[in-house]
Amino acid sequence: MSSNTNTVEYVKKDLPASVNKIGIALLIAGLLIIVFSYFVDNTRSAFNNLILLMFLTSIGLGSLFLVAIEYLGGAVWSTPFRRVSEFLAAVLIVVPIIAIPVYLNLHSIFHWTHTDVVAADPILSGKSAYLNETFFAVRVVVFFALWLLFYFLITKNSKKQDETKDQNLTTRNIKLSAVFMPIFALTITFASIDWIMSLNPHWFSTIFGVYYFTGSLLAALAAGTFIIVMLNEKGYLIKGLKKDHYYSLGALLFAFTNFWAYIAFSQFMLIWYANLPEETVFFMDRLHGSWVYVSIGLIFIRFIIPYAGLLSQPSKMNAKNLKFFSLWILFAHFYDLYWLIMPSYSKEGFVLGWMELGFPLLAVGIIILVFSIKSKKENLIPIGDPKLQRGLDFRL
Amino acid sequence: MSDKILYSYTGLFDTPDEIIHAAGKTADEGYKKFDINTPYPVHGMDDAMKLKPSRLGYFALVFGLSGTFATVLLMTWMTAFDYPIVIGGKPFFAFPAFVPIIFEVTVLAASVATVLTMLFVFFKFPNNSHPLHDTDYMKAVTSEKYGISIQAEDELFNEEKVKNFLQALGAKNITPVYFDNEELNVKHAVFEPKFISLLAVVFILVSGATYITLNKLMFITPFNWMMEQSKTIVQESNVLFADGFGMRNPVAGTVPRDQIPYKYKGDPEGAGENLANPLIPSKEVFALGEVKYNTYCSPCHGFHAEGDSRLRGQFPNPPSMHSEKVRNWSDGRLFHVITEGQNIMPAYSSQLSREERWAVVLYIRALQRSLNAKESDLQ
Ligand code: HEC
Repeated sequence: MSSNTNTVEYVKKDLPASVNKIGIALLIAGLLIIVFSYFVDNTRSAFNNLILLMFLTSIGLGSLFLVAIEYLGGAVWSTPFRRVSEFLAAVLIVVPIIAIPVYLNLHSIFHWTHTDVVAADPILSGKSAYLNETFFAVRVVVFFALWLLFYFLITKNSKKQDETKDQNLTTRNIKLSAVFMPIFALTITFASIDWIMSLNPHWFSTIFGVYYFTGSLLAALAAGTFIIVMLNEKGYLIKGLKKDHYYSLGALLFAFTNFWAYIAFSQFMLIWYANLPEETVFFMDRLHGSWVYVSIGLIFIRFIIPYAGLLSQPSKMNAKNLKFFSLWILFAHFYDLYWLIMPSYSKEGFVLGWMELGFPLLAVGIIILVFSIKSKKENLIPIGDPKLQRGLDFRL
Repeated sequence: MSDKILYSYTGLFDTPDEIIHAAGKTADEGYKKFDINTPYPVHGMDDAMKLKPSRLGYFALVFGLSGTFATVLLMTWMTAFDYPIVIGGKPFFAFPAFVPIIFEVTVLAASVATVLTMLFVFFKFPNNSHPLHDTDYMKAVTSEKYGISIQAEDELFNEEKVKNFLQALGAKNITPVYFDNEELNVKHAVFEPKFISLLAVVFILVSGATYITLNKLMFITPFNWMMEQSKTIVQESNVLFADGFGMRNPVAGTVPRDQIPYKYKGDPEGAGENLANPLIPSKEVFALGEVKYNTYCSPCHGFHAEGDSRLRGQFPNPPSMHSEKVRNWSDGRLFHVITEGQNIMPAYSSQLSREERWAVVLYIRALQRSLNAKESDLQ
């Protein structure tokens, strides 16, 4: 039963053409609305573009993290569908393109890019050694370079193993993952500080990196779970995924939903308790005007509802329930990013209109397209992986 | 052995795969009362044995939620009603501050109560004797073997059939296990002196370690660094302020809460003319005045204000309050004496609140009338 040579037979089946069509339709619809909205309101669109950037970074980077953590932890249960996370990590290739319009509008998004403002503000001039456009640009390039480097290295080895069945490739990926892990921790922290926290450059919170990481991991897990359950139901994965696999995915979604609440509340409580003006601004903005409803909504959408929905053991094994809450959590991540970013654009109250529609459409379109292109070229199962058979045999 | 009752037939296997297979076969055969013993949890065993999902989770949920609600009520009652203290300028009902405590108690209640339920309801604690204890079978499955035990209680149990069935599965060391009804239900191993003395040792070690940590270790460098804080401590010197004192004087003109500055300092006549007693005489007011008078005034003035001190000459005797002079004083004039004192009599403004002083004045009036009643009092 537990052997390292796998005898799994796998016949590659292409995804239906309709998947590709849906992806293209969403992409075009999204792009049209976005181009139009850039003409109507440049600043507002740039802020929305930043949300899109952070969302896709979450999916791509979070998925790459899931792949790396599987190698590092020696997990077997997730091996049969590790490709899904690998394909989703390919979203990272698109992310730099999404960043271009944000970069072009840096001055309308980031207050600290105005040198005259910084010169007149002793706090901002104190931070200017870090928060200046040149260093910012250098960091952006370094982040993308590192992420893409590890994406290509890790997935290349994994792909190669399909043909060679060489077990050394697994060992090499374990080492790569070990190197990637601290780099991931630092880059995702600094990326979240640069791209979200610096929207309000006076404000700081040391837990912020963890907050964004939690959301990213949830988004990557949710996207993966939805696709895995869909593929398994339609028979694209090797038959043998059982409720034990579903349960593990559901348990991770549930655990990180709790973790998000833990981190979000820790951040809130410390700031609330100390009551220092330079820290409370963040929450004052979000309790101001109609933003207070968005803030209360966040507690329900991101924590209470998915918590209740994934609490019991059967609920984590039910395919329908898992699919529903995966989509729910993806939506919740977008909502969370909107809550983090948009108050910097409209302080008085939240804005919601057709201009906010194009970006999520484009996000879904990109994810579907990247996945379908990848799945056309590569196997949906890592058939050469020595852990595959054990992964299929996994029982709770 | 003959006086003992058959508990089960047991068999041993060498690998986890074999035991999973055996468990599945036994369940398929229709046996319900059988158990598997392995050195570590084997994945997929619940399924193979066709066990129903455990009900323990529901207990955990109920206990956890009880913990949550009990703590919400407890915190609310304590901090908002029973003993409200302003902490960090937060409202008395400061929900975010309750959350960590609610969370901790929820987890604690759920876990402790679940373990206790498991012990008492499912394992029938304190009875911890089990027929399988102290058998060779148990010795084997707690080191490297995987065992199955089919119980005699099962409806399908038949000694010969079970023996053959286990043989067919490929089990080794197939042996019956017997038990003594007496031993199982009466002798509680938890009450054995050996176990009790082990508990005592644990108790002494834990409390000793706690004592040493909290009373000794905390005061050894570097653990005492936490006590060295450059904050202002009352009644200690402090480098922060120019005068070197840690305590600050209140800003000039500061008035304590609920206190109105006394307007007639050093002016007894003014007080006598302008102050009027704000209290309406009632049973309660006289009762209050009596208590306060007996406590604070009677040692010198006597219970009836006749100047009959109980101090036996250690302090000069005061004059009687039944004199013409004091009887003709206004309430305000009396109030002034209590507030400021008079010659060697000390002031009582810090011991008695304004209201209490007025109540004492009313009580003195009653004492005076007891010796010099008015015409109307006699009717
Ligand atoms: C420590 C003993 C002592 C206590 C306690 C004391 N007194 Fe006196 N009191 C005296 C003395 C002595 C005098 C006389 C002072 C003087 O020489 O004018 C006096 C005087 C008075 C007088 C003025 C009498 C007069 O003829 O001038 C009044 C009224 C009086 N006390 C009321 C009270 C009341 C009311 C209390 C309780 C709150 C009280 N005293 C508590 C020692 C005391």
